[in-house]
Amino acid sequence: MNHENPTIEWLGLTFNLSNVLMLFITCLIVFLIAFFATRKMQLKPTGMQNFMEWIMDFVKGIIKNNMDWKTGGRFHVLGITLLMFVFVANVIGLPFSIQYDHKLWWKSPTADPTVTLTLAAMVVVLSHYYGIKLLGLKEYGNSYLKPMPFMAPLKVIEEFANTLTLGLRLYGNIYAGEVLLGLLATLGAGSVYGFVGALVPALAWQGFSLFIGAIQAFIFVMLSMVYMAHKVKTDH
Amino acid sequence: MFLDTFVLLAADSADQGFLASLNGVLKLNLGDIIVTLSFFTILMLLLKKFAWGPLMGIMDQRAELIANEIESAEKSRAESQKILEEQRNLLNEARTNAQAIVENARKQGDTQRAEIITAARSEVGRMKEEATLEIASEKDKAIAAVRGEFVSLSILAASKVLGKEISEEDNRALIEETIAKAGEGR
Repeated sequence: MNHENPTIEWLGLTFNLSNVLMLFITCLIVFLIAFFATRKMQLKPTGMQNFMEWIMDFVKGIIKNNMDWKTGGRFHVLGITLLMFVFVANVIGLPFSIQYDHKLWWKSPTADPTVTLTLAAMVVVLSHYYGIKLLGLKEYGNSYLKPMPFMAPLKVIEEFANTLTLGLRLYGNIYAGEVLLGLLATLGAGSVYGFVGALVPALAWQGFSLFIGAIQAFIFVMLSMVYMAHKVKTDH
Repeated sequence: MFLDTFVLLAADSADQGFLASLNGVLKLNLGDIIVTLSFFTILMLLLKKFAWGPLMGIMDQRAELIANEIESAEKSRAESQKILEEQRNLLNEARTNAQAIVENARKQGDTQRAEIITAARSEVGRMKEEATLEIASEKDKAIAAVRGEFVSLSILAASKVLGKEISEEDNRALIEETIAKAGEGR
C-alpha cells in the first residue's frame, strides 16, 4: 500500500498522471458504451438500446422526483453523464490496481478527493448558475433570507457543507473499498495460505464494492438534483 | 492547520504566482481539477451529440407513434361500436318485420280458411238442393211412367175382358179418370 502518485508539473500546475489516465479511460468507456448502444436504433428497442433507454428513464425519474420536467429537462444530459461517469469511475478500480515503480497507475479516479470534490463543486456551482439564470438575481438572493433572515449565515455554510459532503462521501466510499481490496490483494499475494484465505473475502468485497459503486453513483446524481432543485424551484 | 496554511500561502504568494502557491502549499492538484472538469464537459457534450440526441429523438418518435396508435384504436373502437349499434338496429328491424310477415300470413290464412269453408258449405247446400230437385223430378217421372204403363195395362185388360178392341184413344180419357178416382180413393 506504500505507493506514490505519478505527478508532474506543467505550466505551473500539478498533474496526477494516474488521475488523467484513469479519467480518460473512464470517459472513453462511458462514451463507447453510450455510442455503441445508440447505433442502429429502432422504434422497438432491443439489447443495448433498452439499456440506454433505461438509464435515461432512470435519470428522468430522479429529476422528476425533485422538480417539474419543464425546469429539470435541461439537467437530463448532466444527470445521465454524471450517473454513467461516476459508476464507471467507481468500478473501474475493482478488478485490479496497477503499480509501476512504486507509483499507483490504475485505480478508481473517484478514489481521489480532488476528482470527487471537483465534480461536487461543479454541481454546486452549476446549481447557483441556474438559480440565478432561472429565478433572477433578486429572487436568488432572497432565497438566502428564507425562511428566516437570521439564518442566512447557516445557508451560506450549507452550500460549502453540501459541496464537501457530496464530494467526500463518494471519495470515502470508493477509497475505503480500494484500500480494503488492496490489503486483501497483498494478503493473497503473500503466500498460498494467504491466497486461500483472501480469496473468499476478496470476492465478497468486490461484489459489495460493485454494489457500493452503483449506490454511490445513484446517490451522487440524486443529491445533485436535490441541490439543483433547491436553487431552481420557485415555490418553497 | 488551515490557519498555518493560509499564512504560508500569503507568504508564498508574494514571490510566486497564486496558482503555483496553491499547488505548492495545499498540495492541490489544480491540473487534476482542470482535467476532470474538461474531460467531464467533453464527455457530456459527446454524449449529448451522439447518444442523448438520437435516443431522445427516437423516444419522442415512439411516444408519438404510441399516441397515434392509441388515438386510432380509440377511433376504430368508436367506429365498431357504431357499426354494432347499427347492426343491432337492423336485426331488431328484421325481427319486427318477420313478426309482421308471420302475423300477416296467419291472418291471411285464417280468412282464406273461412272463405274456403263458406264456399264449401254453400256448394254443399247447392248440391243438396239440386239432388233434392232431381230426386223429386225423377220421382214424378217414375210415377208418370208407372201411371202410363198402368193405363196401357188397364186398357189391355179391359179389351181382353170386353173381348173387343176398343180404341185406345177413345177410352184413354175415361180410364185416366177412373185411375185418378182410384188414386183418390186410395
